[in-house]
Amino acid sequence: MWRRRLLQALGRLPALAVRGRPLGPGGGRAYAPPAERKRFYQNVSISQGEGGFEINLDHRKLKTPQAKLFTVPSEALAIAVATEWDSQKDTIKFYTMHLTTLCNTALDNPTQRNKVQLIRAAVKFLETDTLCYRVEEPAALAELQKKEWDPIVAWAEKRYNVAIGSSTSIMGPNIPASTRDTFISHLASYNMWALQGIEYVITQLKSLILSMGLIDRHITVEKAVLLSRLEEEYQIQRWGNVEWAHDYDLCELRARAAAGTLFVHLCSESSTVKHKLLQD
Amino acid sequence: MAALGSPLQTLRGLLRELRHVSGRAYRDTAAYRHVLAAFRAHRVTSEKLCRAQQELHFQAATYLCLLRSVRQHQALHREYHGRGERSPEEVAGLVGFMLPRQPGGKG
Repeated sequence: MWRRRLLQALGRLPALAVRGRPLGPGGGRAYAPPAERKRFYQNVSISQGEGGFEINLDHRKLKTPQAKLFTVPSEALAIAVATEWDSQKDTIKFYTMHLTTLCNTALDNPTQRNKVQLIRAAVKFLETDTLCYRVEEPAALAELQKKEWDPIVAWAEKRYNVAIGSSTSIMGPNIPASTRDTFISHLASYNMWALQGIEYVITQLKSLILSMGLIDRHITVEKAVLLSRLEEEYQIQRWGNVEWAHDYDLCELRARAAAGTLFVHLCSESSTVKHKLLQD
Repeated sequence: MAALGSPLQTLRGLLRELRHVSGRAYRDTAAYRHVLAAFRAHRVTSEKLCRAQQELHFQAATYLCLLRSVRQHQALHREYHGRGERSPEEVAGLVGFMLPRQPGGKG
């Protein structure tokens, strides 16, 4: 501490200045949120490299938070990420760039989970699946849950040939091991990137069944989010909507679920165009 | 799946969202070209119930939902959560006071 003072006195170190925070009149510090990164690029474009498609901000290549080169396997995904970066005006709001975040997670794998651990985390959610936890009262909500959630559970049971069931107890449904194994082997057919996306959607919607419904294109994103928030929607209809809380959360959940689903589909598809001759 | 609506509505919604994103120059963006090319490529098919068409329509609807909800979320954030705290002068002014001027500094 005294060494710094000595160096300051000798004129070697500049005096420490208040960094970044605006000063109000009288010298007190006015509160301002931490400075955001400004948009430092004009054009966003994509280019194809050896590993896949890359994003260029002006002439610089985009990198992940761990400084790896940002490469995605699908062109449509690269275009969507480029659109996200292009839609930032003035400041860069990372919390709106869901696809970029997902790609960064897939590339960096910061939690360092392998495929088996990811699948295990995803299937573990089945024990606490939202659709399986029913209330007993109020009766109107119990009825609504039965009406809306039962068809989806039935669809999942039929499609995967498993038994899931639902429960009103606090312990939740009893998921047989065969059900768990079926889902584990089904999820094993997806590649690592798609699995990151699937696990993300499950965590956001708090339901494995709804996520599978989305991945299999059985329900739309809006419907899945509605079913995930069924109790909240019931309370909103009963007591009224609070825009700055309910709509805010709704839009955020929709954005995240849509981003996750799109990510999974773009990472697990391969499209070929077959040209047929016109017959007539 | 019947809740998807018609492909034309989805396409129009997507183009509107892309216009919100890019402004005047939205027709030059890669996203616009890609969306239009994808819709055109899957339009002509001899099958009545084309699986690839449904897959594309679902993807397009998902992307539309993403763009729309991100825009709405940002608008809500700006309106309700974006302003930060008031400065001490403003707070004093709310109750009709002024902060004292202390030329020698505080205390």
